[in-house]
Amino acid sequence: MTDMPDTTLTGDPSHDAPADHGDDAAGYYTPGDPIRDTKAPEGPIDERWQTRKFEARLVNPANRRKLDIIIVGTGLAGASAAATLGEAGYNVKSFCYQDSPRRAHSIAAQGGINAAKNYKEDGDSAHRLFYDTVKGGDYRSRESNVYRLAEVSTNIIDQCVAQGVPFAREYGGLLDNRSFGGVQVSRTFYARGQTGQQLLIGAYQAMERQVAAGTVEQFTRHEMLELIVVDGKARGIIARDMVTGEIQTHLADVVVLASGGYGNVFFLSTNAMGSNVTAAWRAHRKGAYMANPCYTQIHPTCIPVTGSHQSKLTLMSESLRNDGRIWVPKKKSDCEKDPREIPEEDRDYYLERIYPSFGNLVPRDIASRAAKNVCDEGRGVGPEVDGVRRGVYLDFSSAIERLGRDGIEEKYDNLFDMYARITGENPYETPMRIYPAVHYVMGGLWVDYDLQSTIPGLFVTGEANFSDHGANRLGASALMQGLADGYFVLPHTIRDYLADGPFEKIQESHPAVVEARQAVEERVTHFLSTNGTRSVDSYHRELGNIMWEYCGMERTEDGLKKAIDLIRTLKDDFWRNVKVLGTADSLNQSLEKAGRVADFMELGELMCIDALNRRESCGGHFRGESQTEDGEALRHDDQFAYVAAWEFAGDGELPVLHKEDLVYTAIEMKQRSYK
Amino acid sequence: MKVTLKIWRQPDAASKGAMHTYELDGVSSDMSFLEMLDVLNEDLIAKGEDPVAFDSDCREGICGMCGLMINGQAHGPEVTTTCQLHMRSFKDGDEIVIEPWRSDAFPVIKDLVVDRSAFDRIIQAGGYISVNTGSAPEAHSVPVPRDDAIRAFNVATCIGCGACVAACPNGSASLFMGAKITHLGELPQGQPERDTRVVGMVAQHDAEGFGGCTNIGECTAACPKEIPLDVISRLNWDLHAALRHGR
Repeated sequence: MTDMPDTTLTGDPSHDAPADHGDDAAGYYTPGDPIRDTKAPEGPIDERWQTRKFEARLVNPANRRKLDIIIVGTGLAGASAAATLGEAGYNVKSFCYQDSPRRAHSIAAQGGINAAKNYKEDGDSAHRLFYDTVKGGDYRSRESNVYRLAEVSTNIIDQCVAQGVPFAREYGGLLDNRSFGGVQVSRTFYARGQTGQQLLIGAYQAMERQVAAGTVEQFTRHEMLELIVVDGKARGIIARDMVTGEIQTHLADVVVLASGGYGNVFFLSTNAMGSNVTAAWRAHRKGAYMANPCYTQIHPTCIPVTGSHQSKLTLMSESLRNDGRIWVPKKKSDCEKDPREIPEEDRDYYLERIYPSFGNLVPRDIASRAAKNVCDEGRGVGPEVDGVRRGVYLDFSSAIERLGRDGIEEKYDNLFDMYARITGENPYETPMRIYPAVHYVMGGLWVDYDLQSTIPGLFVTGEANFSDHGANRLGASALMQGLADGYFVLPHTIRDYLADGPFEKIQESHPAVVEARQAVEERVTHFLSTNGTRSVDSYHRELGNIMWEYCGMERTEDGLKKAIDLIRTLKDDFWRNVKVLGTADSLNQSLEKAGRVADFMELGELMCIDALNRRESCGGHFRGESQTEDGEALRHDDQFAYVAAWEFAGDGELPVLHKEDLVYTAIEMKQRSYK
Repeated sequence: MKVTLKIWRQPDAASKGAMHTYELDGVSSDMSFLEMLDVLNEDLIAKGEDPVAFDSDCREGICGMCGLMINGQAHGPEVTTTCQLHMRSFKDGDEIVIEPWRSDAFPVIKDLVVDRSAFDRIIQAGGYISVNTGSAPEAHSVPVPRDDAIRAFNVATCIGCGACVAACPNGSASLFMGAKITHLGELPQGQPERDTRVVGMVAQHDAEGFGGCTNIGECTAACPKEIPLDVISRLNWDLHAALRHGR
């Protein structure tokens, strides 16, 4: 870093602190032209979506049958879109790598789904949900998109109830709500601790109904390995049948990626084993910009790591923070004691102490970093892993006193069981131990208000896009966004694009198709013929360690530069020395993983460059160089109130940074405070 | 600890399979069962042997992707999914026999991986409520008695793993079907299609080659989500009612 006067300061009193540095990421990227969303209408924020829906052109029902739509991914965003577009009469082809669409990782979401129904009459409204989401995202999301999300949230609940989703209900038969981190109203609908499962099964069933109706064709155990772009437009995908190994070409008028997030770049995360970035990354390499890739959500309440065999981490729903109290011993010498023997006065309920008004319900990024801080101080609990105790207590004893064991069982039974099964400890008797883990990524492919990427005809929904959560996502908002995109947003915006179709038929012999296919075949051949010495998993684990160490909860300029070097070295070694056994024409799980890890390496490098560029702390992105005197995150709105949209410029070339300025008309940017 | 693994290896659907024996040392009791197999696979790769193929995805007991016959029991000795089974359920020196789900309707793809697409086709035959996006009434327009909602939820927790089929001596998927029939049949929203749903699903179930229910109850004992046996009574009740109604 060079100490030079910052020339961007304008004397505006709203900026947070004078910055006295240059461009941290200089030499790692090429500056590009600004980018902006051209689809959101002008005018009052609460009228924009109505206006856009009206202005988006219609497709005659007779023409819909002639239009082919490919949807990659069958989680909430993908299955809901497949069902809805199938119902509308389009030809939909749906792809998933699992053996059934119902297995997509949305199924693992526990806590709930937000909606501005205001059934509790506690002051909720679409505007308040919008406000909370933008504030929770630390003013790094696009306001038009977020307002729309809040607006359609109520439709989601109606739709799901009609499908038979068994939400929790009160004695009068009406829907129950709970409160969730980061907000002060009760707007979260839930189905015990399995809300994601119930919503996904609803969307899955709606999609299977369309399979039966012949409007949706499903391809399970198929993995998208390349995007086909013809004359600048997305026109199909190359997929591998994971059972036979056949490389298939699927052509269409439009492609939708609903392929989820890339948290598995960290190797250990709460994502499913198969969750990967390949579909999104192949699209990125074909021209789709990747936005804010460094925005990662580290979830505060996961079960701590036990050893080097660990294959994944398990989340305990954030809803537990409603009734559980988080603490560590005040004295380091108490850390090995049985927690039940530590008297009240020797416990540090640190969230309640530091953030008296939100207490245990502070947003996820704040809760996570606070846990890291107390463990770094040496006050963590549980077994030592690599010389540090990385765990804090989540204690239900006062809630059990208040609500009785039955009351707690009814609310959290399956979570308590899961905890007991994994740890071998009974959380009704001794406090749970938790620690933060990578859980969700706010970054993703850049989309406009129509959810269209920078490649015309390529739409991106759900966690795979970047648009709604800014630098931090609030609890119970991922399910809301996935279903909002798939049921209520994409089906309207995609028709404006399809109104120009059906597009000219293309042949499989088209050079762009042949090129995409060859690229896939060459990669497969390369992996199988490298004959190196290291397994794919060993590379993935090493990449994950680098990312967690240097691009995890706290990031610094030196650490990120080091990480970039380490990743580049690892990537070179991977391509020369990876060992993939088996054949191309059969089920080959090592081969599947090799392709995914190759893409994670490239993504990991870009995440570090993005984090290096953003010399501010916002939401899930905490830069050690940008904090207040008492260690709180410090944003620099004067310099970084933009979306960083990265363009792939070719292998060995520097990525190009395009900035989308974030302009707020309906909300005032403030420094978050949960004290 | 050290364990002896006897694992079903089968290169693909067309080939014959056989049991192979592997010795694995250094197993920690904190490992999940699948992490133990990960360790075995890393060993096999290092030796240049094809790793064992098995399905798993969420590894938190909810997606239903994993499922192994472990010492003859679907998902092994505990009431949980294979991914949530931990090695603390075994002891040093144990011999562990690992097979794929056993059922004609779930053909083996490779090693321990089977094809469960028949379950999707059963759902396609009626396991849904027909409501197009956007046509739903306001959620509070139809109150649902709390007990009915709880009962619907309890059986809607089925993860579609197929353990019920693998455990059934007759290879029946009645517990899987019964769970869906009961989930949707408990709710007012599910009533209009109650008859056609059960008739369609049962016809598809039989066409897929699943056997009939013979009231053994192994299915519910093996179910990691503890779906109760009486969902099959409900299935039969609904089927009789539908036939009486002439569907």
